[in-house]
Amino acid sequence: MSATVAANDYRPTKRDYSLIGRDAKRAVEIGLSAAQWYHTDVARKQMKELMKRDDSPAIRDTLIWLGVLILSGAGGALLWGSWWCVPFFLVYGVLYGSSTDSRWHECGHGTAFKTQWMNNAVYQIACFMIMRNPVTWRWSHTRHHTDTVIVGRDPEIAVMRPPDLVRLILNFLGILDAWQAMIDMVRNASGRLSASEQSFIPEMERHRAIRVARIWLGIYVATIALTVYFGSLLPLMLVGLPRLYGAWHHVMTGLLQHGGLADDVTDHRLNSRTVLMNPVSRFIYWNMNYHVEHHMFPMVPYHALPKLHELIKHDLPRATPSILAGYREMLPAFLRQLRNEDYFIKRELPPTAQPYREEFHAQGKSAAE
Amino acid sequence: MTDWIQACDAEDVEQEDVIRFDHAGRTFAIYRSPDDEYFATEGLCTHEKVHLADGLVMDEIIECPKHNGRFNYKTGAARGAPVCVNLKTYPVKVEAGKIYLQLG
Repeated sequence: MSATVAANDYRPTKRDYSLIGRDAKRAVEIGLSAAQWYHTDVARKQMKELMKRDDSPAIRDTLIWLGVLILSGAGGALLWGSWWCVPFFLVYGVLYGSSTDSRWHECGHGTAFKTQWMNNAVYQIACFMIMRNPVTWRWSHTRHHTDTVIVGRDPEIAVMRPPDLVRLILNFLGILDAWQAMIDMVRNASGRLSASEQSFIPEMERHRAIRVARIWLGIYVATIALTVYFGSLLPLMLVGLPRLYGAWHHVMTGLLQHGGLADDVTDHRLNSRTVLMNPVSRFIYWNMNYHVEHHMFPMVPYHALPKLHELIKHDLPRATPSILAGYREMLPAFLRQLRNEDYFIKRELPPTAQPYREEFHAQGKSAAE
Repeated sequence: MTDWIQACDAEDVEQEDVIRFDHAGRTFAIYRSPDDEYFATEGLCTHEKVHLADGLVMDEIIECPKHNGRFNYKTGAARGAPVCVNLKTYPVKVEAGKIYLQLG
């Protein structure tokens, strides 16, 4: 299927982000859902080399990740009651509440490790820590890749228009996200899935989502029971609360993925952002800062994304040079979207790039100028 | 029994790789295993109709380029989410350096 209409022309009123709402139906009707997306040409031989799987980078990174997680958690627990525990929990929190966003993601794609049981093991651990049901989120992420930032179809649009800035700020401490995750977990554990969940999780997979939610609920009840029994917050500082106090890094990097860019287009160069970052953030984020590249070629493992970037950057907008530069670009766009939700940042292509297909963002183009 | 259709030269498919073959309005994927055996399946992923020939062959697995769904290309068996429906497979023979498919 392909869309041949100006995507923004069909929307009569404000955006409807419901997965079972008006814009969801229209996106399917006009062929904007499950459409053909733009890809930069890459020779098959080069792409095969980039797609090649390798256990060693992910084993190395996972040993570092789990090693530092355990040491920082142990340090925080041993120094609990003094201020010296704070730096340990700052590290532990980010590794628990932010690194797991990228570990969940990469292992969900099955590309981080060559060996599938390793992908599955890290996927389950990371999903628990980031509080994302491994079944629900596998399917929601599948939809995110089919219909990236298509209004009404993509369940993972982090910044809807007009932006809810209070919600964004609160999520730097995971407050609303984690609360919603707990509600979802309790609902799933009771044997029920929401209408939205049912819209993208196949029937044959739903019992798995319910089973995981029940196991997780048991773990959280046990953690709370230990907290009450010992009269100490320490058990929750190690399990559960790091999803709040350590969430800031994954929100900081995650908002940059698509924030302020186009919606309802079928070219990842228009709706995704590649940001160059410091090595620590890249370790935490497992190279998802190369986000245009990841969406265009999800088969390429995280450790090969820098090479892919070098290979195709002639066809992409210039990479944003830093996290700070990304926010300097994105925040004014959020503020403008409060007044005009059709506004978005249209990123310039280099002269060497294939041009954007104008028919997909005719109205959006005028809003961007 | 349907006739055998000549698809391509055996050397057109690299070892542990896949190519696309279109015939009579249908699309197929032809695989060459690491052991130099040839196999064929329908060409589009059963999940969202993406060409498998753009995917990655690893041993006996073909991974879809869009959502990383995996199939055993020798049997067509789906190997877990997001693919749930098996691929159709087709008999393949190699004669005088040419690959032939028997299409049902």
